[in-house]
Amino acid sequence: MGGHSNWPEWIYIGVVVALMVWVGAEAWEAERLVEHVPEGAETIIVTGQQWFWTFEHEDGTKEIGELHVEVGKAYKLEIVSKDVNHSFNIHDYVVLMDAIPGRVNTVWFAPTDAGEHDIQCREYCGLIHYNMRGKLIVEDPTA
Amino acid sequence: MVLELQKPRPIWQIMFSTHHTDVGLLYLITSLGFLFLGGALALAIRAELFLPGAQIIGDAMTFNRIFTVHGTTLIFLFIIPFASSVGNYYVPIMVRYKDMAYPKLNAIAFWMIPPGGALIWLGFADFTWYATPPYSIISAPGPAADMWIFGLKILGISSVLGAINFIVTILKCKHPDMSIGQVPLLAWSFLSSSLIILVAIPTFAAALLMLLTDRLGVSGFFNPAMGGDPIAYAHLFWFTFHPEVYVLVIPAIGMMYEIIPRFSRKPIYSYNSGVFAFVLLSIVGFSSWAHHMYATGMSFTEKTVFMVGTLAAVPASAMHVFNFVATMWNARIKFLTPMMWSVGGIALFFSAGAGGVANAAMPLDFTTHDTYWVVGHFHLFVMGTIAFGSIGFLYYMFPYVTGRMYNETMGKIHFIMSFVGTVLVFFTQHVLGLYGMPRRIFDYPPIPEWIAMNQIATVGAMIIGVSMAIFLANMIYSSGKGKPANTEDPFGVGGKYYYPFEAKNPSH
Repeated sequence: MGGHSNWPEWIYIGVVVALMVWVGAEAWEAERLVEHVPEGAETIIVTGQQWFWTFEHEDGTKEIGELHVEVGKAYKLEIVSKDVNHSFNIHDYVVLMDAIPGRVNTVWFAPTDAGEHDIQCREYCGLIHYNMRGKLIVEDPTA
Repeated sequence: MVLELQKPRPIWQIMFSTHHTDVGLLYLITSLGFLFLGGALALAIRAELFLPGAQIIGDAMTFNRIFTVHGTTLIFLFIIPFASSVGNYYVPIMVRYKDMAYPKLNAIAFWMIPPGGALIWLGFADFTWYATPPYSIISAPGPAADMWIFGLKILGISSVLGAINFIVTILKCKHPDMSIGQVPLLAWSFLSSSLIILVAIPTFAAALLMLLTDRLGVSGFFNPAMGGDPIAYAHLFWFTFHPEVYVLVIPAIGMMYEIIPRFSRKPIYSYNSGVFAFVLLSIVGFSSWAHHMYATGMSFTEKTVFMVGTLAAVPASAMHVFNFVATMWNARIKFLTPMMWSVGGIALFFSAGAGGVANAAMPLDFTTHDTYWVVGHFHLFVMGTIAFGSIGFLYYMFPYVTGRMYNETMGKIHFIMSFVGTVLVFFTQHVLGLYGMPRRIFDYPPIPEWIAMNQIATVGAMIIGVSMAIFLANMIYSSGKGKPANTEDPFGVGGKYYYPFEAKNPSH
């Protein structure tokens, strides 16, 4: 090793390890909260296929390309795919889950304000992947 | 000297030679050819995304084919062959052996690259370099997809053969007076990356075979319609290709270990921690593959395990950065082109690593996954660290390969333009990802922030493009007409070099 001391390196590695432990613990804690689906969340079945999204509400109503939800309610999305892999994403609400044929993936969110948000596919799914978009329309029933 | 342009050898003497420097030269020229081809595709992609709507490329299918071949080319046909070329030149000399352990195998490994590359380029497949099923099974147009699969199979075999050769050369053929603890760090980097290849690539080879039989309709490993599971492919793929990023980055770090002490005129701060970090990185590289798959519906426990595994790679990489900075501390640094590329590469390595921590943390992953953040992140590694290390080393080895000096001013201009361009393109892409732009899209809605940042990125890419043209001109002109180099010490940093000019080619 030669004629220099190694303590700066040990301190440095210690700091890096401590930082990583901190990042990991914070992320673990946040993820635990994010994964917990609230009681009484309404289920919506989200189906991805080349190249559009279909939504089926609990009461049986179906929508294509547009999803209407209400402010203040929690929604549990069950995401499935009919053909290839897609990824369901509402960027403004940090909702992201892959739609994989043969699997049902769940993710939840609770809209806070009325408004319109973009829904997009984030997993490459072929020719019109770039345009596999939709609209999330959050309505305020009291307004 | 290898490329003797004053007394040229006939081209077939180099092509059919099995001497390590000749094979290294073939690797070098091939990989640089593919660098420019893949880079041209990158410029086409950026030009198309300059404005929303279809302008340059015209249709989505062509665009999808272009980014697929761009990625495949630069990873498999530029970075890996370039590392092999450096390894071929330097590893036998560094372990003081007359050649690679298996010279003919070495030449065979090289000669698998042209057919593999031809299959990829002639096929021009569109299913991204992941080839994710079920798209790659049921929708990807053949024969392009099949040609891609065969091309990658051939390239995979080539890297496994190359890896065996490096491992045997370093472990069995090193000079008896040389202990394993005296092998230079560059050779250590090839040893650790070759060991990763030996473990990782066969997994992907199996996955590719399964994918091919799925495409032929005789099996259903990954086809849900036949009871298969597409996620199984994702596991096999990332088990290979997460460690593979370390295969790409470790030799580049090794090249910096050669350059930085030389131009700092100081021994490396800690040889042992360099070796330790290489070995550690090649082990923990295997514990982090599923952080690419947080959004596929994994359980909380699985995600936690892989987050810990991913974060474990950070201290190992950080040790290298510390080593470099500590070496340069208080040193009489000579900032010639190779040193500038290495220092720039370290700065970008550090920033890309910091971004990588955000990808590893589970909840943050959902804002960044499959957006331009990820594109920016790994390009910052691939371009900012791996290509910077490689190009810096290319300038470093230029006098040894050609016996002439490159033009120093042009080299510096190349570096400054590339550095500015890299920051403009890939830092911007991180921000673009936070605004939610998905990757691999041919067109985007006219959102003002998206347009502005795409334009910054495209301008940056064009700056890199121009700098690469300068680089090409410099290399071609200087290898023929550059002023003759002092092969004892071409950079005037003192100390005697023991590199390829001593490796006499037996064929002349």
